[in-house]
Amino acid sequence: MNALSIRNLRKTYRNGFEALKGIDLDVKAGDFFALLGPNGAGKSTTIGIVSSLVRKTSGTVEVFGHDLDTEREAAKRCIGLVPQEVNFNQFEKVLDIVVNQAGYYGIRRKEALRRAEECLTQLGLWDKRNSVSRHLSGGMKRRLMIARALVHAPRLLILDEPTAGVDIEIRRSMWEFLRKINQEGTTIILTTHYLEEAENLCRHIAIINHGHIVEHNAMASLLRKLHTNRYILELRNAASFVPAIEGYQLQPLEDHTLAVDVPLELGLHSLLDQLAAQGLEVVSLRNAANRLEQLFIDLVENQRVDATRKTA
Amino acid sequence: MPYLIAFKTILFKEIYRFVRIWPQTILPSAITTSLYFLIFGTLIGGRVGPMAGMSYVDYIVPGVILMSVITNAYGNVVASFYSTKFQRNIEELLISPIPNWIILAGYVGGGIARGFAVGGVVGIVGIFFTDIRPAHPCLVASVFLMTAALFSLAGFINAIYANSFDDISIVPNFVLTPLVYLGGVFYSIELLPDLWRKISLANPILYMINAFRYGFVEISDVDIRTAFLIIGGAISVLVIWSLVLLRRGTGLKT
Repeated sequence: MNALSIRNLRKTYRNGFEALKGIDLDVKAGDFFALLGPNGAGKSTTIGIVSSLVRKTSGTVEVFGHDLDTEREAAKRCIGLVPQEVNFNQFEKVLDIVVNQAGYYGIRRKEALRRAEECLTQLGLWDKRNSVSRHLSGGMKRRLMIARALVHAPRLLILDEPTAGVDIEIRRSMWEFLRKINQEGTTIILTTHYLEEAENLCRHIAIINHGHIVEHNAMASLLRKLHTNRYILELRNAASFVPAIEGYQLQPLEDHTLAVDVPLELGLHSLLDQLAAQGLEVVSLRNAANRLEQLFIDLVENQRVDATRKTA
Repeated sequence: MPYLIAFKTILFKEIYRFVRIWPQTILPSAITTSLYFLIFGTLIGGRVGPMAGMSYVDYIVPGVILMSVITNAYGNVVASFYSTKFQRNIEELLISPIPNWIILAGYVGGGIARGFAVGGVVGIVGIFFTDIRPAHPCLVASVFLMTAALFSLAGFINAIYANSFDDISIVPNFVLTPLVYLGGVFYSIELLPDLWRKISLANPILYMINAFRYGFVEISDVDIRTAFLIIGGAISVLVIWSLVLLRRGTGLKT
């Protein structure tokens, strides 16, 4: 069953800007799904339409089989949204924000309090329950929005850049939490600019650009499309020459550092052997860029070139 | 049942909001109206002489109570709903499965509650200046409730269209206040020249204030049935208007 099914979705804003140009998208129930794209590509518009914050121009959206036009309430009950920007009342207490949200979904106060305690405890905010929300740190505000989105136990959780601006420690703990609730059955759709985050968490991915879905695939299949990986090699001794090794492109960065493009079919083993044979000992290596990032840039860049050609 | 819980959640949130900031929401009206009663009722009123056959302070008390209900019901909803829009926590409501009429009922309920709280306080203050009591309590309660609902709806529509905090003060300052002051709170329109009396009859607030006054002292410049028709008709129009705006997402959705 699909958690989300979008067909021929279009959105043209009043100023004439066509944000979505007829996208189709399916997200399977239980999936951890990444929706990526550069700024202005249409990610937030898509999420806005699914969560009823943006009016669509045409097309259909179904959430767990409930049409957003004809079964609006049933569809909305399935969705929890963590928006990009803080959007709770800055003068309300943490507990009130979560309990009120449960009330909007028709959950009785006693049950709402129990659920709020559960969500706030899981996200490490129970001690802050009586704090006025504007006094929370940035990371706490993000976690509060996740707690609020989860209080009615949605089957589909949509996170619009949930870790933007939070430190690495909190980001990692949020990843763990999201993995946990996904394993417990919640379908998650994530948009993020941290492609490492998408690669680590998500099983399927769609890339949107200029209002079109330009890639929609399993993460593993997509990453296999990469023909080369770029690595940075740290050498024990300074290299006085740039080694020539067939099949690999090497480029000096500093005295002790080389960048190398490694074709997938050749792999690293042969490269390290041949460098050792030439007297260059590698003490460490790392990816030059996140693999998904590389692919993302390629896809977006290719589309830009295609568009330029068509225009010409 | 889920709808009732959602309604109560919005209503109690709204009540909690104005009670929490009572020095800004309830106290000023109590002070202002005490001054009205003291200055216009007792100090100047003694020189004005009787109005429609009763002491001047007795004459103005119902109008002053309803004036505070009108301004507070309007002010509560316009400020609260616009703040909700401004801080974007309106999104909490828009993504949830609440029908639009429940959202509207919750905010209007909050406006009525504020009108009731402030009107009650003003009424208690009035006891110290006059000994009039409602002659028709049901009529007083009906006019009170309908007027509070009407101006809560008007505040809601103002908040939907508002794009800045300036926009939520234009109507109260430049439309509502003149209409209230010219609506017969402090005088009978029988005192006006014919032309101005006819112009005054076009002011809907005149009908509300006179119907409310009739509930206390059985004196009115207008027909009470006409007053109810005007208030009821205006409520119907504003309810439909509000629901259309919510359905379209005007001012709330892009």
